[in-house]
Amino acid sequence: MKFLLQRIAFYLFTAWAAITLNFFIPRMIPGDPVQALISRNQGRISADAIQSLRVLFGLDKNQSLAEQYVDYWTQLLHGDLGLSFTFFPTPVSTVIGDSLPWTVGLVGITTIVSFLLGTALGVGAGWRRGSWIDALLPATTFLSSIPYFWLGLVAIALFAGPGSFFPSSGGYEPGLVPAFDQYFIPSAIRHSILPAATILVSSMSGWLLSMRNMMVTVSSEDYITVAHAKGLSERRVALSYAARNALLPNVSGFALSLGFIVGGTLLVEIVFSYPGLGFQLFQAVGYKDYPLMQGIFLIITISVLVANLIADVAYLLLDPRTRKSG
Amino acid sequence: MTISPSSIEQVIPGQGAMAQPSAAPGRTRRRRFRFLTNAKTATGVVVLAGYGLFAIIGPWVAPYDPDGRSGDILQAPSASHWFGTTHLGQDIFSQILVGTRSVVLVGLFAGVLATMLSIVIGVTSGYLGGLADEAGSALSNVFLVIPALPLIIIVTSIVDQASDMLVALIIGCTSWAWGARVLRAQTLSLRRRDYVEAARATGERTWRIILFEILPNLTAIIASGFVGTVIFAVMSEITLAFIGISSVSSWNWGTILFWAQGQQALAQGAWWWFVPAGLAIALLGTALALINFGIDEFVSPRLRSGGRARIRTADGRTARMRVGFTPVLAPAAAVPAPRRRPAVAKEGGHR
Repeated sequence: MKFLLQRIAFYLFTAWAAITLNFFIPRMIPGDPVQALISRNQGRISADAIQSLRVLFGLDKNQSLAEQYVDYWTQLLHGDLGLSFTFFPTPVSTVIGDSLPWTVGLVGITTIVSFLLGTALGVGAGWRRGSWIDALLPATTFLSSIPYFWLGLVAIALFAGPGSFFPSSGGYEPGLVPAFDQYFIPSAIRHSILPAATILVSSMSGWLLSMRNMMVTVSSEDYITVAHAKGLSERRVALSYAARNALLPNVSGFALSLGFIVGGTLLVEIVFSYPGLGFQLFQAVGYKDYPLMQGIFLIITISVLVANLIADVAYLLLDPRTRKSG
Repeated sequence: MTISPSSIEQVIPGQGAMAQPSAAPGRTRRRRFRFLTNAKTATGVVVLAGYGLFAIIGPWVAPYDPDGRSGDILQAPSASHWFGTTHLGQDIFSQILVGTRSVVLVGLFAGVLATMLSIVIGVTSGYLGGLADEAGSALSNVFLVIPALPLIIIVTSIVDQASDMLVALIIGCTSWAWGARVLRAQTLSLRRRDYVEAARATGERTWRIILFEILPNLTAIIASGFVGTVIFAVMSEITLAFIGISSVSSWNWGTILFWAQGQQALAQGAWWWFVPAGLAIALLGTALALINFGIDEFVSPRLRSGGRARIRTADGRTARMRVGFTPVLAPAAAVPAPRRRPAVAKEGGHR
């Protein structure tokens, strides 16, 4: 239990650090981005919205930094992330709420599948070191060196196009209304196959390699030799003895590198114009939509923290030692 | 952009080859470049040297001006335009050659910066312990968990038309955390070694112990972290250029992809527009990753792929090599490698 509490405390600290970072970044923007927006939308913007944006950007010169910081937190705790410039006058929280399910569905599921698949293959590769799988390692290195977004471009060029089964952009057929019915779900799945495959191909090899290396390291431990000597079946030794122990560092590695992976996979959405957070971030960058960018950064960070916490719980379940010490 | 967890972390308890001084002092000069004899490393270094060469001479040997327009619009690769042309008739081969310099420079600069930061934070927090350790590891864990790429994108987008050096600076400042974490763990295991204790007992200053006793034993980890950061930096730079945040006026491979995407190269079937840049990135990434494998295997010999998987045993049957067990080989069938004895040699017994 102590382990889990420590982790939660750490994640709260990280969340605080990320939010504070988010507070300071817009204060480095030169000029007054809000004024430009107000003059562009003369009369269409309410006084409340202007005030909320001023708090976000720290444009109220009469306030001290500490007061601004308190205001920022108050606003954040009310769920107010400001107004999006791109989709003016939609609030940022609405824009994010619309695109979050798409990202969780695509990036979340493929990341987990890629981890499971890569780890399973890594168990095989590490256990049968020197087999044909080792010959594949350079190829997987090559695949993981390709930027996700470029692989997406190639996938579109090869598989998508007029008349192809795979659509080249979007998250669903343009005429459909998002709902859980027999028209929308198949369309959404069809649109996600190509981006998901792209992410899988380039992210799997990292897990494969680290799991293989862990398996090789674990395989020479004494308890493996003992397990062999006891006459246990090869399969049992490989899975219950070697893989179970090799899995632990891989799970903590998974938790630690989630931030890197999610950052990279978001770019696949850009190439496929997939209506998730990555694509919104891309559009926000194009329009210099700072509130939306900050909101997306905040949401991504918090999602990664939550995912990390889940990985920690998984670690707790996998490793009895962490449970005993508390 | 996976940063695969380096296997180096797993040898941290310190049985790794790096902790032991090499055997014969007289032979150190010859063995210094031993890790280059690893096929993976050698391939990686050769490819990397090629990129380095083009980074230097690229702008001079480029057959055309990368910005120069011509009448050959959207031409497929030909003898005069090796990688074809863009919608403005610019030569893509020249763009790639000229762009190499920016990619290599940013990768190098960001890599050096991040490595320095990771050494300063990782080694000092590992060696000093106490409050410095708490602060250092909390800082690096926070940076590790916060998604780096979105942060880099947001910080860079604040600056209009960010230059190469600024991009490298931002990437370097955000990507040191992994290296710091690994270095801290290894320093923790080194600081109680006898030779460090001895140095402390003789009254060596702390900075001297860190620089001359601890750091040399971290060389492999530092090198591997550096290579990993360079991969990440190159990928990030190209990503930034691809989504059009950094300066679009200077050429790098991401800029080429940015224009290809913006001008609907895919819809026009102009595959030559984005394929060469992507392959250049992938090849550079592979070369760097191969060097990293070489370093990993150098440090932890168990990771080397075994020789042949099937071997004839003494009684004429074939057996599959397996970790932990090595079949008894007949003296005649023994492979004439110097280390392999015809008796039972337990593989993985490198401790």
